[in-house]
Amino acid sequence: MNLRNIAAFASLFLLLLVIGCGSAEQPAEETAATEAAPAAEPIDPATAATISGKVSFEGTAPRRRRIRMDAEVACAQMHSGPVYSENFVLNDNGTLRNAFVYVKSGLEGRSFPTPPDAVVLDQKGCMYTPHVVGAMVGQTVRVLNSDQTTHNVHPVPKNNREWNRSQAPGANAIEATFARDEIMIPVKCNVHPWMKSYIGVLKHPYFAVTGEDGTFEIGNLPPGDYTLGVWHESLGSSEMQISVAAQESKTVDFVLEKAG
Amino acid sequence: MTERHKSAISHHPWLHRFAVSTAGATILLIVAGALVTSNQAGLAVPDWPLSYGTWMPPMVGGIFYEHGHRMIGASVGLLTIILALWLWRAERRSWLRCLGFIGVAVVVLQGVLGGITVLYLLPWPVSVGHASLAQLFFCLMVSLALFTSKGWQEETPPLTEVGVPSLPRLSIATALAVFVQLVLGATVRHQVLGIVPHLLGAALVVVVVAWTVRRVLLHHNQKALRQPVKALAILTALQLALGMGSYLARLATADAPQPQPLMVALTVAHVAAGALLLATSVVLALQTHRLFDQRSAIESRLFPATQRVHP
Repeated sequence: MNLRNIAAFASLFLLLLVIGCGSAEQPAEETAATEAAPAAEPIDPATAATISGKVSFEGTAPRRRRIRMDAEVACAQMHSGPVYSENFVLNDNGTLRNAFVYVKSGLEGRSFPTPPDAVVLDQKGCMYTPHVVGAMVGQTVRVLNSDQTTHNVHPVPKNNREWNRSQAPGANAIEATFARDEIMIPVKCNVHPWMKSYIGVLKHPYFAVTGEDGTFEIGNLPPGDYTLGVWHESLGSSEMQISVAAQESKTVDFVLEKAG
Repeated sequence: MTERHKSAISHHPWLHRFAVSTAGATILLIVAGALVTSNQAGLAVPDWPLSYGTWMPPMVGGIFYEHGHRMIGASVGLLTIILALWLWRAERRSWLRCLGFIGVAVVVLQGVLGGITVLYLLPWPVSVGHASLAQLFFCLMVSLALFTSKGWQEETPPLTEVGVPSLPRLSIATALAVFVQLVLGATVRHQVLGIVPHLLGAALVVVVVAWTVRRVLLHHNQKALRQPVKALAILTALQLALGMGSYLARLATADAPQPQPLMVALTVAHVAAGALLLATSVVLALQTHRLFDQRSAIESRLFPATQRVHP
């Protein structure tokens, strides 16, 4: 009798503990790290430099994998043809789409104001649009659901706080911020396991994502010595050293190869 | 069977059938759980105990697997409560009545662990604990089905012990090895450990199972022992094939944008066969101990304590 009572009370206690402590609506806002950042120093447009270039691929391109979303009619109908994974998209000119190019180092000691505009990540046809996006630390990331189906939005960071929220069709946008810089934060939808996006979070605004022509441009950069980094979902990361003088426009190209 | 023994038997055919059905529902629950993990749907429903704030969310994509798992879990919980109450009312053996309520406590704990793993975004100790407790709960349900069977209470030829270690100890070692292997399998599925510990565990299980099967088939004629070891041998071979198949399928589809049906099917079958293997090893261990106890009881009757000569 005592054993049964103990078991019952222990179970009830655990249940209440979980209901009390757990929360399905985890706050999407994170408090920014309280580091003593130096005051934002304005960039002098008269001396600002620009780095531009392209990200190319060398090697045999892997076969693009088709996504099967037949069971999700609401999403399948939003596409005119077959849908393929966006983890490796090779442009016609041999360049790569969805490569994230950013200033990896060289801006230490500077601080930059957080942009007031939100970065928008939409769920459309059961795909994240854009597939790769950049944001500054503390900048609002607004996640929309343009689909007639339910999604869950689940970033899986390593340096920031992980959260998971549901988003029904027509629901309000989910707004979130990330308190620490991180390359890259995968965002998943566990309802539709093929849905994946990546957010690059930086303390500065010097980043770009390659598009249909594989090019990038990072402007308004103070003259100096930098490490320029590139990240690609399937091909990994690479970096190069670069120096830019006042008002200089420098062109640099990355070539990524398939590992192995 | 003596008349006295017959009158002491507490057998309720419908209670036994109900216990078997509950064990059957539990293996379905394990399959449903494996479908959740294999389809990467563990967090498709972010809230708990409700799903998207309701009892019946839209059953699309991963929600179908996760909420389906919850619904089957709730049904098994209900069956377990009914079984415990039925045992309480109908069963004479007090330890068995108590075991029914332990089953209720375990299924409640299992549900709470499932909730914690969702709310806290799959912390691996909880996820692995949830997967491991599922196996133990299934063994408990299978044990209840065994204890309520008529055969469990019938007199059978007692165990004639041969060899070292004794068969009771060997059968317990087999069940423990299989359980540890299932825990290692859960760590692979939840990406805590790599495949190597699981492969070493498989080798250990093969050795212990082969030892047990050989011992029983060579030295024991009791049906209650020979049937489980034959099942043990078949399930072990099947499990090795399924394990290899699911691993290769996982490697072959590593760059696929979504879980592929063949990989899911093989992995789920591997988990289910693992559960059946553990349950079979537990049945063997229980039967071995029952026959061993009967030998002790016969010895006690033949040689009462006052007449026994202790060296």
